[in-house]
Amino acid sequence: MASISALERVRTHAPWSAATWRDTAFVVSGVPLQLAVWVPFWAPYRFWWISAIVVLLLAHPLTRAHRERFWAMLGVEIPLLPRKAQYGPGWQGALRQLRSWTAWRVLLYHVLVGPLIAAGGLLTLWVWAAGVAMAALPTFAWALPDSSGLSPNSHAATVAVTWVGGVSLLLAAPWLAAGVTRLDTRAGVALLGPSRAEELARKVEDLAEKRASVVDAADLERRRIERDLHDGAQQRLVSLAMNLGLARETLTGIPDEAMQVIVEAHEEAKEALTELRNLIRGLHPAVLEDRGLDAALSGVAARVPLPVRLRVDVAERASSTVEAVAYFVVSEALTNVVKHAKATKVEITVDRIGDLLRVAVTDDGIGGAAPSSAAAGGGAGGAGGAGGTGLAGLARRVQSVDGTFRITSPAGGPTTITVELPCAL
Amino acid sequence: MRIVIAEDSVLLRAGLTKLVETAGFEVVAAVGEAEGLLAAVERHRPDAAIVDVRMPPGFTDEGIRAALVIRRQWPEVAVLVLSQYVEERYAADLLATNTSGVGYLLKDRVADVSVFLDGLRRVATGGTALDPEVVSQLLLRRNSHPLERLTPREREVLELMAEGRSNAGIAEKLVVSDSAVAKHINNIFAKLDLPHAEADHRRVLAVLRFLRGGDPA
Repeated sequence: MASISALERVRTHAPWSAATWRDTAFVVSGVPLQLAVWVPFWAPYRFWWISAIVVLLLAHPLTRAHRERFWAMLGVEIPLLPRKAQYGPGWQGALRQLRSWTAWRVLLYHVLVGPLIAAGGLLTLWVWAAGVAMAALPTFAWALPDSSGLSPNSHAATVAVTWVGGVSLLLAAPWLAAGVTRLDTRAGVALLGPSRAEELARKVEDLAEKRASVVDAADLERRRIERDLHDGAQQRLVSLAMNLGLARETLTGIPDEAMQVIVEAHEEAKEALTELRNLIRGLHPAVLEDRGLDAALSGVAARVPLPVRLRVDVAERASSTVEAVAYFVVSEALTNVVKHAKATKVEITVDRIGDLLRVAVTDDGIGGAAPSSAAAGGGAGGAGGAGGTGLAGLARRVQSVDGTFRITSPAGGPTTITVELPCAL
Repeated sequence: MRIVIAEDSVLLRAGLTKLVETAGFEVVAAVGEAEGLLAAVERHRPDAAIVDVRMPPGFTDEGIRAALVIRRQWPEVAVLVLSQYVEERYAADLLATNTSGVGYLLKDRVADVSVFLDGLRRVATGGTALDPEVVSQLLLRRNSHPLERLTPREREVLELMAEGRSNAGIAEKLVVSDSAVAKHINNIFAKLDLPHAEADHRRVLAVLRFLRGGDPA
């Protein structure tokens, strides 16, 4: 708003501008809705308790009508109020709702603020009507009899003043309409919509839901890729390596050079198989699904060229997404230990503590690993250095399921990475 | 010797069939899923079944479950399980009751044709063939006290033993004499409080019983 120049403001507040007509229509359309709550109070005051109930019953449909009005005419969206379900069913639910701050804010709009704004609306309407009537005076004043106080012949000055007044009203009406519109919008958003806290709470809920589904989708995708690689490339490669092996063993009487090529191809194929196998296992090991973390982690640990002590104490399995993250944490941490830590042994523990899955990886290496370090650094979390995603990647993956990631790695070691994952996801 | 092959990838099924037939085995049935495997074993009573772990419909551990059924219902049929990944847990399931006529190898090993065929032959004649990776995983889990008494060389020998190799095979692999191997093995048994046993598979059984953390036999 502040950036709009004065000239622009004058232009949009001209009596013939589209904005003016829109504001006027908006303001006028609000009047019946805003005055509606007072209608029941025309009853004799000993029936006012009935009127109060009627107002309470009217509050909800009226709010809906206002929301529609704001949206249709101004494009202003007032977010929905917290759902009724939140308060529970029946009379008790209704009472609980009545005790909520939200309900009182809505009533404040309908009972007090609304009617005041309606007054503004009526004033706007009056200014328009009076303006038109007065500004148009010169067009019909000639027809008035001379005895009239507004005859141009006898009271030319009055006519002129009235005309000037009418034009002034016509020029003022757009500003009034815009002002009332702005006031109504502010009041509507503040009182008819959810409070900021409620809105934030809803947003957090929304975002948490969305994030969970994104994480799940990523996990699902990883599994799909694993499956595709397993069913496709891997089988072909095994078959290729097998045929080369067969050729290597059965072909006789071919030139040495040819045999050399076959031998090399065979070795290549086996290398490729090993690489592919490690890659696929890193994506999502099938055994994780079948047998859980203990089985999957013992496989990871076995591939580490260090003594590894593994203790998994998980009575109740976590969700597959959480298990996948725990698996990723351990395998990534072990990779880092091997790459950077110069450790002689590693200890891995996985426990379930209430709703938390706690994973701890400790090595006796050189320490000095820091979450942000991109340079040298040892320990379970030694930053990736050559191409590894290292600690940052680990922390991100943990955060994706709302987990906490801690690392202690004093220079000289030992390094401990502790990760806690909520299992309820 | 008569073989049944269960492998869901058509390509590999054909390849495996060709491979074992080249080596002089007779493939009496080649199937693509676990149900078919059990039916084929029941009908043909082969000497051995080569079983892929991951098969339809679930593509998880159907092969292992089928292998366990075969071991229970037709103990005379040897089972060689091929897996894309070696999982200690699957191996432990397979070896839980008896270690004769059972093998668990990485699928990649079929590329080393003669090693694979040796393993198959050993399993089909009542022996054991475990992938080196399985062995290292099993050792990892039991790296508690008694094993720490072993020298690195004895540990190496133990791993090779657990793979199902004979003394001669171990000697060849480590490039030492047969008698040196026998001495290492005696030391291992002594350190692990295991009684001396004759047959290869009994030896493996004893080793594995220890590896699985049970009382030394």
